[in-house]
Amino acid sequence: MAEHTKPRPGENMRLIEALQYKLPPAGWVSILHRLSALLMVGLLPLIVWLLDVSLGSEVSYERFSNAFIAGIGFVPAFLLKLIVLALIWAYLHHFVAGVRHLWMDATHSVSKQQGRISAIVTLASSGVLTLVLGAKLFGLY
Amino acid sequence: MAQDYGSKRLVVGAHYGLRDWLSQRITALLMALYTLVLVAQLLSGPKLGYERWSAIFSAQWMRFATFVVIVSLAVHAWVGMRDIWMDYIKPVWLRLLLQVATIVWLVGCTGWAVQVLWRL
Repeated sequence: MAEHTKPRPGENMRLIEALQYKLPPAGWVSILHRLSALLMVGLLPLIVWLLDVSLGSEVSYERFSNAFIAGIGFVPAFLLKLIVLALIWAYLHHFVAGVRHLWMDATHSVSKQQGRISAIVTLASSGVLTLVLGAKLFGLY
Repeated sequence: MAQDYGSKRLVVGAHYGLRDWLSQRITALLMALYTLVLVAQLLSGPKLGYERWSAIFSAQWMRFATFVVIVSLAVHAWVGMRDIWMDYIKPVWLRLLLQVATIVWLVGCTGWAVQVLWRL
């Protein structure tokens, strides 16, 4: 069993060391896939609440749309929009990165070159879509 | 025959984790398809207001699909969160605590979402 218990390099890497690591695009997609997941799961009650007030009744729908104009409770509208923008990015990134995973699982096409290109496409497409939807959210068009 | 117990057991080929892996993929696929269906409905039709928004979710087939997606989300998030805790959290007590907290979190949110859906 000696070969299985031998410490591997990087096993006890500290977070600060990990942060100094230069990641390739595929590495960024991977860690952002996890971060976006954490963000969405952490904010799940907010998402369900948004669904709740928007679907509850005409009155609560008013409250829902007004939250993005005048804020709600102690949360100003700007902050709410910023949080929702983060959720939009998280969903888009997680979605595209997930499709990339499924595509690789299904086709077994996992060359270094393809992985790099599809990672860049993932980062770029979710970024651009976030900008487009974010501009809508902040009323730029 | 390969040994399937003790420290020298065969650790591959026993479908360890296959079910989790597969259920995460299948739930992902269901949620991705649902997303496309929902976006298609949002983009077609007149200006979005309470009428149209609530009509989308109160269609019986949409309720069916949304319910499936809510449950899928819980399963998918459970597998993923468990992966994250297993990778980064080493103390067993803390990992167990976080796993229990995750289950409580997901089950609670699932119940709430289902209530929102079926009250329509």
